[in-house]
Amino acid sequence: MAVPSVAVQTRPSIRSRLAESRNALGFGFMLPAAALLLVFLTYPLGLGVWLGFTDTRIGRPGIFIGVENYEYLWSDSVFWLSVFNTLLYTVSASILKFVLGLWLALILNEKLPFKSFFRAVVLLPWVVPTVLSAIAFWWIYDSQFSILSWALQQMGLIDHRINFLGDPTNARASVIAANVWRGIPFVAITLLAGLQTIPQSLYEAATLDGASRWQLFRYVTLPLLTPIIAITMTFSVLFTFTDFQLIYVLTRGGPVNATHLMATLSFQRGIAGGQLGEGAAIAVAMIPFLLAAILFSYFGLQRRRWQQGGGD
Amino acid sequence: MAAIKEVERLETDEGGMGYLQSLPRRVVTVYLPLLVFLIVLLFPFYWMTITAVKPNIEMTDYVNYNPFWVVHPTLEHIRYLLLETSYPGWLLNTIIISTAATFLSLAAAVLAAYAIERLRFSGARQVGLAVFLAYLVPPSILFIPLSVMVFNLGLYDTPFALILTYPTFLIPFCTWLLMGYFRSIPFELEECALIDGASRWQILTKIVLPLSVPGLISAGIFAFTLSWNEFIYALTFIQSSEKKTVPVGVLTELVRSDVYEWGALMAGALIGSLPVVVLYSFFVEHYVSSMTGAVKE
Repeated sequence: MAVPSVAVQTRPSIRSRLAESRNALGFGFMLPAAALLLVFLTYPLGLGVWLGFTDTRIGRPGIFIGVENYEYLWSDSVFWLSVFNTLLYTVSASILKFVLGLWLALILNEKLPFKSFFRAVVLLPWVVPTVLSAIAFWWIYDSQFSILSWALQQMGLIDHRINFLGDPTNARASVIAANVWRGIPFVAITLLAGLQTIPQSLYEAATLDGASRWQLFRYVTLPLLTPIIAITMTFSVLFTFTDFQLIYVLTRGGPVNATHLMATLSFQRGIAGGQLGEGAAIAVAMIPFLLAAILFSYFGLQRRRWQQGGGD
Repeated sequence: MAAIKEVERLETDEGGMGYLQSLPRRVVTVYLPLLVFLIVLLFPFYWMTITAVKPNIEMTDYVNYNPFWVVHPTLEHIRYLLLETSYPGWLLNTIIISTAATFLSLAAAVLAAYAIERLRFSGARQVGLAVFLAYLVPPSILFIPLSVMVFNLGLYDTPFALILTYPTFLIPFCTWLLMGYFRSIPFELEECALIDGASRWQILTKIVLPLSVPGLISAGIFAFTLSWNEFIYALTFIQSSEKKTVPVGVLTELVRSDVYEWGALMAGALIGSLPVVVLYSFFVEHYVSSMTGAVKE
């Protein structure tokens, strides 16, 4: 900056004073955000870990019981089922969201009439409150009056109504489908933004070199899109893994816990069942998975940069 | 896996090489899949709307009436929703809570983003990273300890429980978005103002903020939408029926164990979605560009 450097030449001591005041000012400016985040984010995070080691219940402060909650969960088949469900839900929904989202992004990247209209409309599932669209899915999946069952019956594809949410396998597929429906727009629009930054000349050059359409995609589009794919999918995986609303609306974890995710189990045990300590322990058990996902994508990106000869 | 094969065939040629594709080929690779995507993505909204205006008789009689259409549209469900339930109150609660949380977060985020991006105090980089990490902490991990805190602070079942906790996910998001915006404002402008003797506060309010109005608008819309859509905190921290927000109210109060009022439920979902959709449609270009911008950062 021009001003400090001039000042430094004439009066050296002013430099430290400026730095000091910059720090003081920075501290003052950060204060509101930092205070809110420390009190309502960092502290509860620590409190959550602590609660996981206590037998706190609603209306009764607990005492430290060590890893008893975790020991109990370790031998609890419902907890392990919820871990399995969460992983299944996250992996299958994320893969579907990625494939379909990329496909939609590639379509929207084509020359189309009313392109900005399509782009706007496609985002709607992502904008609307999840709970409210989940209620619409609840009605679509209704056991008696499901429009899907009716339509398939009319087409002669099935001969009896599908029990979407009452059967474990169907229920899992149904909640995954609803999650994918809501997630496609986010993936598609962010990947579309990435696609639009790829220079057209690269495709022209590759075409002149005789690249096929698959080769164009594999060796031009995909490598240039990788960083944004990594970031988008990290966010998508994190939000899918910690999903709560969709399950709470559609199945509440049923039938027979087949769709219980760790977040919904944590709510059921912690808030509905009043066992705050145990609920907190389930929530804490999610943290290693989240950290693994973040580190995986972080180091994945690092390695790429290093391979490309980037500085840091 | 069929999708992957489609992607292979579907390489993109914006502008330049589009003429290499024949029309029939484009219909199969572009228009048809786009049509299917649009139908699937928009059908739930159509179904929501049609159910909201359908009389109960048509709703459960698929033999005499085609369920995809409504023969005698009715406003009965909407009337019931607005006059005989607490729905208008939930709407008002949601508006108040979302607006308050948005302005609180935006104010804090503007100051934080300016400090991190432009004051460059020692440790600014680390603080910026911490803010980003704070965004990755999901509410489903925090709601149990927060409920204990909210209870101990005497905030349980008050709007303040939500107004004070929503900033935990709004501030990191807005700060991150605004940092990107502030970065695009030329340093020279600030230097000129510094030479003219402006204080940092004057620079922020008279130079940086007027230049970042688009960024402020998108951050504000995002924050408002996120608070409007929030569910798990509102479900956990609010108990009284009349204090609930729209998503929680519709789910917990309109659903009775014996009878599902599908018409009223769909009307509630539809009306609850309208404000964010309207807000979004006004600013869709801001929205899309800043969403992609925020992800790219």
